[in-house]
Amino acid sequence: MRVQFFASCLVELLRPDVATAAQRALRAAGHEPEALVGATCCGQPAYNAGYRAEAQRVARRTLRALGDDDRPCVVASGSCATMMSHHWPELFEGTPEEIAARRAAGRTEELTAFMTTAGSDTAPDGGAGHDDQTGGPETSRAGGPAAVIVHDSCHALRELGAGATVRRALADAGHPTRSAEGSERCCGFGGSFSVKLPAVSVAMADEKLDSFVATGCEQVTSCDLSCLLHLQGRARRRGLGLRFDHVATLLGRET
Amino acid sequence: MSVPTATPVSFSGRAERALGDERMRAAIARGTGLMLERRHEAISALANADELRDAASDIRAEALRRLPELLEQWSDNLTAHGGQVHWAGDADEATAIIAEIVNRRGGKVIAKGKSMISEEIHLNAVLEQAGAEVTETDLGEFIQQLAGEPPSHIVAPAMHKDRFEVADLLSADRGAPVSPEIEAEAAYARRRLRQAFLDAGVGITGVNFAVASTGSICLVENEGNGRMCSSLPPTHIALMGLERIVADFGDLDVMLNLLARSATGQALTVYTNIITGPRRTGEIDGPEELHVVVLDGGRSAALGTEFSPALHCIRCGACLNVCPVYRQVGGHAYESVYSGPIGAVLTPLLKPEDPAARELSEASSLCGACTEICPVRIPLHDLLLQLRQRDARGDASRLRRVGFWLWSQAWSRRWIFRAMVLAARAGLPVLRRIRRLPNVGWLGAWHRGRELP
Ligand code: SF4
Repeated sequence: MRVQFFASCLVELLRPDVATAAQRALRAAGHEPEALVGATCCGQPAYNAGYRAEAQRVARRTLRALGDDDRPCVVASGSCATMMSHHWPELFEGTPEEIAARRAAGRTEELTAFMTTAGSDTAPDGGAGHDDQTGGPETSRAGGPAAVIVHDSCHALRELGAGATVRRALADAGHPTRSAEGSERCCGFGGSFSVKLPAVSVAMADEKLDSFVATGCEQVTSCDLSCLLHLQGRARRRGLGLRFDHVATLLGRET
Repeated sequence: MSVPTATPVSFSGRAERALGDERMRAAIARGTGLMLERRHEAISALANADELRDAASDIRAEALRRLPELLEQWSDNLTAHGGQVHWAGDADEATAIIAEIVNRRGGKVIAKGKSMISEEIHLNAVLEQAGAEVTETDLGEFIQQLAGEPPSHIVAPAMHKDRFEVADLLSADRGAPVSPEIEAEAAYARRRLRQAFLDAGVGITGVNFAVASTGSICLVENEGNGRMCSSLPPTHIALMGLERIVADFGDLDVMLNLLARSATGQALTVYTNIITGPRRTGEIDGPEELHVVVLDGGRSAALGTEFSPALHCIRCGACLNVCPVYRQVGGHAYESVYSGPIGAVLTPLLKPEDPAARELSEASSLCGACTEICPVRIPLHDLLLQLRQRDARGDASRLRRVGFWLWSQAWSRRWIFRAMVLAARAGLPVLRRIRRLPNVGWLGAWHRGRELP
């Protein structure tokens, strides 16, 4: 299927390789992604801090870049996909862009949600843990890749119901998945929360990291880069040997 | 014993102090975890939990829409049954009304059941200053009274204390050791409190719901102390917020079915007291006088605004139990009677003039777990976001506003964004090599506990 692809500002700023991998994964699944030209950010940082006008100004840039198009817009970030599909219609309510925002919202999808449902009408059935395979953390029976801990980001889990699609996409690609204890609990990133209440944010990360270590697996993944950078930053400070990769990186790995 | 230090004025300061209290954090993690587990079982046991929650949400919204009418109906009915209703605009009015009743009835000894309203209006301090002797008879509240602390959780006031701390407090009260076993602690408290019930001239309790069609008040509890406080002393004073009304027993049924399940995971609390007036001639127990004090305390100002769903709350505490921020810092860090997500929403609404209350909307990562669990479907994290939006226009946020304005100007222009992308890619490797970044700004705040991305 022909799709528009939006990497998110964070990916573009800090991990451009995630965008490359995501597009590679899309192509490998038979899709034709076209990266959005002229987009910057969905406006979420200002929106969540309470600054609507500023959020609108930035989101408008990306909304224009989306243009008058019918293709699905695939986003390599759960929280940005939530912002666009769930909050844009309300953000642009009463503005000349209202209709455009509604249309954009309707065709925006998170990467794994798109990859596991593309071409069909089945909506993701949500929830964490449903698709986890049981067994030890070592390697899968066939001697394939080691098990991956899926970190459920809050937006993806609660608003998109993408907890299951990340797992299903990984399983389709041959990665056994695990959920850590307390998987539905927030990791403490929360945008500006992570720097307004840094000590609380870090304490939340610590609990999360401890639960990861307890699984015996080393590879952590998520559809949200923001959570991963927060967790990785903390894991490095603590000297933990966990690896953090965006789900696109795992799905789009060159074989 | 630790030397008490001045309480930090900001939530972040208090939260950081709380993070250093490992013992408290362990108790909170244990307590909330247990309550969540039980809640999950009790809600899963319902075949129609979703429909019930929808119905409860509608019932609350409808009750608030008809609030003046329902309150009047309730008050007329209760008065007809011999009860006395008092309307208090604010905390001062409420405490004055109560002090007057206590004085007139000569009830210097007071047995008190659990009531968050009494905490809200700082009732004990006022009564004690007037020379009364107040005994908290809910076990958790009794422990908190001995500790000289406010409750840290709206359902389990002493959740932050482990059984050893509780034993120390009870031993000090007794003047002899009480063993740190829950049974022994409860047994001592039972003996100790029985005397308080017998001596009391006035019993004070909260109210969970007021039923308009009959003029009743409903009080749920597990220890039987509420029943004692409301039936043994010659005078019973019940305190309620003005939003606590339901139309009839059909509505009450729905609310009760959800309240205990969401709070403690029980199908129903051990005691469900329905009180419709004082003792009637021929009845063998019950007080001679029943007074219900209805507090506004800033609630009516929120009615009809975008924040009015916050008044749907039935104080089950589930949002506290599931909140990852509450889990780390406990209830006292909020420095409000109401903590956790509902506290962060309610406190600034009830205390609009208090700048410290405003800060509480930041005490959330907006993860949405509270909204997901709330039995009456209050969109708590949306309300927190709306509070942030409201405050973003205020003077206190001027610097941030300028910051976000600049950011939005830059990021709405693709070429500036590209330049910043290139700068970040060039700059980060350099910054990463610096071992200690100065603790200023967002970068410093990040770097205090985390490596740079
Ligand atoms: S806001 Fe909802 S979950 Fe929180 S205490 Fe009130 S009713 Fe319970």
